[in-house]
Amino acid sequence: MARESAIPRFGHKPQVAFFDFACCEGCQLSVLQLEERLLEILEHVDVVTWREAMTEQSSEYDIAFCEGSITTEEDVERIKDIRAEAAVLVTLGSCASTSCHNELKNQWSMDEVLDVVYGDDAGQIHTIASRPISAVVEVDYQTFGCPVSLPEFVKVVSAILTGQSYEPPNEPVCVECKRNDYLCVYEKGEVCLGPVTRCGCDAICTGWGDACQGCRGLMDSANIGAMLKALTREEAHSIMRTVIDRHQLTEGEIAAKLRIYNNWPEFTLEEAETDDD
Amino acid sequence: MTTDADIHVHHLTRVEGHGEIVAKIEDRMLKELRFSVIEAPRFFEAILRGQSYHETVHVASRICGICAVSHKCAALKATEAALGVEISQQTELLRRLAFHGEVLSSHLLHIYFLAAPDFLGLPSVMPLINSQPELVRRAMRLKEIGYDLAAMVAGRHTHPVAMTVGGFSFVHNPDDMQDMRARLVDVREDLDATVELFTTFELPDFERPTEYVSLKHPDRYAFYAGQVFSSDGHGIPPRRYREVIEERVVEGSTAKFSRWNRPEHMVGALARLNNSFDQLHPSAQAAARRLEMEPPVYRPYTITVAQLIECIHCVEDAIELIDELAERGIEADARQAEVAPVGGQGVGAVEAPRGTLFHEYEYDDEGKCVAANHIIPTAQNLGNLNRDMQELMPGIMDENPDRIQRLLEMLVRAYDPCISCSTH
Repeated sequence: MARESAIPRFGHKPQVAFFDFACCEGCQLSVLQLEERLLEILEHVDVVTWREAMTEQSSEYDIAFCEGSITTEEDVERIKDIRAEAAVLVTLGSCASTSCHNELKNQWSMDEVLDVVYGDDAGQIHTIASRPISAVVEVDYQTFGCPVSLPEFVKVVSAILTGQSYEPPNEPVCVECKRNDYLCVYEKGEVCLGPVTRCGCDAICTGWGDACQGCRGLMDSANIGAMLKALTREEAHSIMRTVIDRHQLTEGEIAAKLRIYNNWPEFTLEEAETDDD
Repeated sequence: MTTDADIHVHHLTRVEGHGEIVAKIEDRMLKELRFSVIEAPRFFEAILRGQSYHETVHVASRICGICAVSHKCAALKATEAALGVEISQQTELLRRLAFHGEVLSSHLLHIYFLAAPDFLGLPSVMPLINSQPELVRRAMRLKEIGYDLAAMVAGRHTHPVAMTVGGFSFVHNPDDMQDMRARLVDVREDLDATVELFTTFELPDFERPTEYVSLKHPDRYAFYAGQVFSSDGHGIPPRRYREVIEERVVEGSTAKFSRWNRPEHMVGALARLNNSFDQLHPSAQAAARRLEMEPPVYRPYTITVAQLIECIHCVEDAIELIDELAERGIEADARQAEVAPVGGQGVGAVEAPRGTLFHEYEYDDEGKCVAANHIIPTAQNLGNLNRDMQELMPGIMDENPDRIQRLLEMLVRAYDPCISCSTH
């Protein structure tokens, strides 16, 4: 859900709050890693609530940065309250924006995951299917990544403070890979989700020699069907042949890779195939 | 009947994750006292089932945003044990170097941003940005070098990208290491200033001896590898952890409690310092003497001080590791060991910043995860922390409720709980 309402311009130094839901809190930690640039941002806003860093708290704020996925009934109510107070609600990182790998648990019944982890004592724990914040309330700005891509966070903060909108990039990670002159992961004979994943991370993983695991989620026009064919079918492009021969992946195995960060709404190969045809 | 104190801190601040403190005193009788974890669980042990070994390690690192290097390495070690992968000496040296970066960043975040406001009588570090900008900049410089050291080795601190099953995804650059070495030498001054600052703090002198558990290595102060050691005198290889650590679900907590020999035990910086003091770098030992932290130390409020002493050790040992790597030379051939997806079961144990961390995985013949188990340091400390609260309370019951609340909050914070980790 994206909000239609006009983006507010603040007549005062905006008050900022940070909130967290089910996550590792690595996105907030990453924001703290901005160090000098964070001090610069703090000249333009007043942070009034940040449980992880401050004892001071306020129930009044203009901008809410929210990290984590919604996985309990209490959290559904808590995010609604935050939405009611905040003029601007920003999702921080993939847990909040796409539900990230938290969604892997939605493959099973909640009873089953409770049983695996808590066994006979599962009765006292409550959980609901994991969902991104945008599945519960309207969101004004989204940032992606596991953890959040810091250049994107800074861009979004600038956009909010200057009353502008922010459209997340809608190109594949390949664009940034090429711009940085990195060797294509497929050339090395490995599977990479870069061709279908939303860029904006400056291709950090491929830059360090790893493959893209898709943490920023699928770009809007991701052609999953074409990717599946390229990775599994006889008519595959020559670069893909090495990958196919070496890994002999099935459609199911590629889907499992895609599912780690793309399970909401329920991700099915059949749909992807239909889209392609 | 009069209510002397009715304390309910629903979401404790300046800790990682969601925990609550409840303390109720009526007619000088303690009616209720507990710290519980109310974090929403993420069910890692369930969701990893079916993932290939590569993805298992990738996702397992996401258990924690602060100690992701520890989780990644525990997962890597468990997976390598399960698949029979032998890593190179070079890979082990590099992983040990990455650990120092993580311990530095995690400890310094706690020392300056989470704990220090208590000692300075402030609600957070925010007021210091204007009143003591030099102190804030020093804190940031210190924390940053930890992140940068971990990132130099692992590509990124949160979450590491370049650590693979069997090694690394890139060959490290010796020049980057020399630049980092120079920064580590420079940062000694900032750590000395931090030690001086800590000599001015007065910490509550409450003490309670307990069982201290940590990894112990014959040759060095253990972070990356060692036997699991208890101050009660038992050591076992990590693969036998289930024989000694028993996990149980406690009402009102989404994190499991655990026990070793005694009903409660402590893990983390103070446990390591008590168990392995002689293996700390001489500079760290000197700082410990200056801070009156020679073992045995039974004061839980000084866990933060033990962390500071470890920071000095980590900087010195990181310098020595960089020198050792420079002398050996970085070999491209030693980057990545052969890995074949076979079945097996393995345990990996490391000393995360907050204490001994266990990961265990079972893989099927295709290298897919069948079962996962994680024992988290903060979960191990929960029993000990609650016992400390019980023993602390009679001595502070006559104080005013605000002071009682402050002392309880400070005690919880001293443990530096990593709550989302503990629930995972």
